[in-house]
Amino acid sequence: MTECAVRAEGITKVFNQGRPNEVHALSEVDLAIEPGEFVSLIGPSGCGKSTLLRVIASLTEPTEGQITVYGKPAEQARLDRDYGMAFQHSGLFDWRSVARNIELPLELMGWSRDKRQQRAREMLELVKLGQFGDHHPAELSGGMRQRVAIARALSFNPSLLLMDEPFGALDEMTREHMQTELLRIWSETGTTVVFVTHSIPESVYLSSRVVVMSPRPGRISTEIPVDLGGRDADTRESPGFFAKITEVREALRAVEGAE
Amino acid sequence: MSRLEEQLAEIAATDDPIIRDQLIVLAVKRQERRQRLRNSARRTLVFVLFVIGLGLLYMGYKAMGQSTGDRWPIVGGELPVKTNDLIMPPLGDILTSFGRPLRAGGQTLASLIWSSALFTLREAATGFVAGVVIGLAIAVLLLRSRLLERGLLPWVIASQTIPLVAIAPIVVIWANKNLGFLPWEWQKWQSVSLIATYLTFFPVAVSGLRGLKSPEPEALELMDSYASTWGQTLFRLRFPASLPYLFPALKLAATASVVGAIVGEISAGVRGGLGRLILDFAGKYTTGPERLYASVIGAAVLGLFVVGVIGQAERFVLGRRGQEAV
Repeated sequence: MTECAVRAEGITKVFNQGRPNEVHALSEVDLAIEPGEFVSLIGPSGCGKSTLLRVIASLTEPTEGQITVYGKPAEQARLDRDYGMAFQHSGLFDWRSVARNIELPLELMGWSRDKRQQRAREMLELVKLGQFGDHHPAELSGGMRQRVAIARALSFNPSLLLMDEPFGALDEMTREHMQTELLRIWSETGTTVVFVTHSIPESVYLSSRVVVMSPRPGRISTEIPVDLGGRDADTRESPGFFAKITEVREALRAVEGAE
Repeated sequence: MSRLEEQLAEIAATDDPIIRDQLIVLAVKRQERRQRLRNSARRTLVFVLFVIGLGLLYMGYKAMGQSTGDRWPIVGGELPVKTNDLIMPPLGDILTSFGRPLRAGGQTLASLIWSSALFTLREAATGFVAGVVIGLAIAVLLLRSRLLERGLLPWVIASQTIPLVAIAPIVVIWANKNLGFLPWEWQKWQSVSLIATYLTFFPVAVSGLRGLKSPEPEALELMDSYASTWGQTLFRLRFPASLPYLFPALKLAATASVVGAIVGEISAGVRGGLGRLILDFAGKYTTGPERLYASVIGAAVLGLFVVGVIGQAERFVLGRRGQEAV
């Protein structure tokens, strides 16, 4: 059996435990993600999808349960720089040029200047931003910033890419374009991706598996494998795509109806 | 081809919708930059007109008082400030006094004010730099520990309620008597710098702390996800993020350091600077009131100069990021 990229067992996360404002964000979550998979977490707000992502990233400790990433405890994986992260707000540093933003993680990892610049150029090519390396983030449109954020997240070849609604703030056209870009980058790099979204078409278009979560307390209610083959512009209009959207939507409705 | 046509051709040539968006964003940004330049030219003009207006107001008030015998026209009643040449020397006298030598054949008033201003600037700048370093150190300390923030911040604030004039002599006495352990010989003007430091560190510490806390949680999580150390996060994220908060505080601190130096000279009895010069001319007011006015103008210009220097630094640092100060 191959090693799981992510294995979560019995993850429970309680915020403000024992106090009046106690919140059960996650309850007994089990999830296994194979290397090279693209998994979307979807669910109504409050279902703990972002919390689950942060637990996987070792940004917050689970109250109970075990997370291993490629067989290592999550914290060790973080210390080994196995994670690339991208958030809804690109989180680019305004004071750094685009290229220097991409170099940031490499700097922290002690790469030499030449190697950093070389890699930044490669990453700019990958996200098709070749001519924009010297610009500052304030000069970029929303779509461009997210491209830079993705380039930054992938610059050090992390084995796991964690994305928290990275396209949530983009308009629909840009969003679809970025989805196509992300799939191209995913197929070129072969990275495992965990992707939090609240858009049903987005989750279906991108993922090899959609994980539907339910709120209060957050738990996994259904997992829907998506096998649409290679995506292209026609995928969004194919019957298979719509069938999957319906399936995810019904799963979400069941989740909300159960409340 | 004009710049705009070039840009439009560039926009038309790409089929990537995101790049196309981007090229439009860039064209808009360029437009905004031109607008900003125009605005700053306008601000300079407004400032010059304001100074001229102030001069006219001075002359107008004086002319009015002299024609009415220091009474308000129509409504009557005495004017708050008398307008004779001793209380309000003619503007022309004040301006020409800069060029007149103090003693026959000696240095001009302008050159005396210039050298005094340099002396005061050295005190202020030394105190300012020390204050910024101490202020930032306090900000980092308070950031590091919630407990310290609760325990120390009230003292930092309380320190600013002690009147400057009260502590200045104490600082000078303490410094002269107790700083013998320093590797250099303590100069009296450095005691004045210490007073400037006292006024400078406070706004830097308070705004610095706010700025260091300004990064979004997502940015901090990002650094965590790279397993960044506390120091790396401080220097690569928190400190650069604090600059838009810090610059307004630095402007405030810069003027405060000049005020501190001038007041400090007066209460510490240090010769050579603008503070002492103002005190001297105030003592000799009856024989030459315009000299006091001239030295006060010198002090004001020094204040404007230091703010201008920080403002230029701000535009240079933040402008490159396409940012504005908060």
